[in-house]
Amino acid sequence: MIKNILNLGDAALYCDFGSDVNQEINSNVIKYFYHIKKLNLKGITNLTPSYNKLIISYDLNIHSFLSLKKKIENIEIKENNKLEKNLIEIPVCCDNNFALDIKRVENKLKLKSEIILEKFFSKNYFCYMTGFVAGMPFLGDLEKDMRLKRLETPRVKVPKGSVGITEQFCNIYTFETPGGWNILGNTPQNIFDTSNQSNPNLVNPGDTIKFYRITLNQYNEIKR
Amino acid sequence: MKSKDRNYFKILRAGINTTYQDLGRNNLYHIGIPFSGAMDKRNFQLLNSLLQNDYNSPVIEFAYQGPHLKYFGKDIFFCISGNVSFKIITKEGVIDGNSYQCYLLKNGDEVDIHSTNKSVYGYFSINGTFGVDYYWGSCSINTQAQIGPNNGNKFSKDLEIEIIDINNSFNKRKLDYLGSTIENIRVIKGTNYDYFSESSQNKFFKESFKITKLSDRMGMRLEGPKIQNIVDPNIKSEGLVKGVIQITSAGDPIIMLSDHGTIGGYPKIATVISADYDRLVQLTPGSNIKFKDVSLEDAETLYKLYQMETNNIISQIK
Repeated sequence: MIKNILNLGDAALYCDFGSDVNQEINSNVIKYFYHIKKLNLKGITNLTPSYNKLIISYDLNIHSFLSLKKKIENIEIKENNKLEKNLIEIPVCCDNNFALDIKRVENKLKLKSEIILEKFFSKNYFCYMTGFVAGMPFLGDLEKDMRLKRLETPRVKVPKGSVGITEQFCNIYTFETPGGWNILGNTPQNIFDTSNQSNPNLVNPGDTIKFYRITLNQYNEIKR
Repeated sequence: MKSKDRNYFKILRAGINTTYQDLGRNNLYHIGIPFSGAMDKRNFQLLNSLLQNDYNSPVIEFAYQGPHLKYFGKDIFFCISGNVSFKIITKEGVIDGNSYQCYLLKNGDEVDIHSTNKSVYGYFSINGTFGVDYYWGSCSINTQAQIGPNNGNKFSKDLEIEIIDINNSFNKRKLDYLGSTIENIRVIKGTNYDYFSESSQNKFFKESFKITKLSDRMGMRLEGPKIQNIVDPNIKSEGLVKGVIQITSAGDPIIMLSDHGTIGGYPKIATVISADYDRLVQLTPGSNIKFKDVSLEDAETLYKLYQMETNNIISQIK
């Protein structure tokens, strides 16, 4: 299932699963990720799954590129190896104070805000990967008529909890960070919990997300 | 703990980006948490060796300007690594300290760490253990994700640094070491090297780039000839590692450092080799650097040589 293994610098394998972004390729990446994680190989310092790549960082004192590449190539993963999937429901408030880019999205998609939100909440989304900042999930796919580019000039600060869309994807800002996604609302739910060291992420690769809409009163109640 | 039994430093001035660091945390990229850890691993290692501490003991890292600390407690030794100017203020007077040399501190003495010289990072520690909390096996503070002791924040004035253990069998030691600098940063070509025009590829290796002020523990932004992308200014977001050089949409290189975002969508032109990382991070804004292309095999050998050199320096501690 891995098409090619290259080196990324001198201390990481770059495993290429293809160039397309779809759930089938991504599921293969995630299967490899969980499988290698479970093997607990000595000298592997990080595994980074993304849409269609898996980066394996290693300790140069223990492995060289060629020896580790051989090890990874020899891993056999059964096709019917089932992926662990959870359905996670996440509340989102789309009050004007939170839906920072709803006007821009209306203009770009030529749809009324109520239609946009109805479409957004009617689908379940697949988690391709988490990262960039701690716990941020990259979810997809949006309907074709819901896709638009990111902001021309990224915001210096996107508020924590913001739910945004760009191209075929949506995400949740787990921390206040710079960012350029089109913000449709905000969740009061904590997506990344530093105090839970065994499982800090609410959403993990392979999970399915169902967003549901809440009022400002409900938002404030959950936040309290 | 009764207050008379406490051993601690009070921070009179915090310095710039002063944090606890150790070797960092592994196997968390997939949830978006980078390695972190001491930026300059050699100076981290030298400091713990000089102080006869465990190899992964926490140290205090600072950038450009260090903290001014006042000590309260029973006699203790401290040491500083890196190219650092500092003063030791005691009842007998004020003396200039030298890096890589251990000094005795008595109750009420102060250490005033003025600056790092022609370098960015310096390290401070004691013959003992700071009282830190561990997050995912590491006490490194990642201020961006607010992970680590002190609620993931850098040190601030009036904070008290607890010492939970002092090694009483410690003998004062020192090392004659002037540090190691570098002119060319050696890199391996990146996975998107062919995204860039031939003339830009040539410029990348022939011309020099200036390190800008937009540099911190997350990344180092460079300025120089624009690198022209002839394929696509973005790739599908994928994992990054420290040392990766991405080219932004504007055509400028940005090097990922220890607290970097774990995934990114800019094409990767090259990656800094592991052997040159410690010296890269010590280059100050305004410095000019040139990149030199090496093979993967050479990079692996150069790393082994660099480690041997580090062990050789450690063996000269007296």
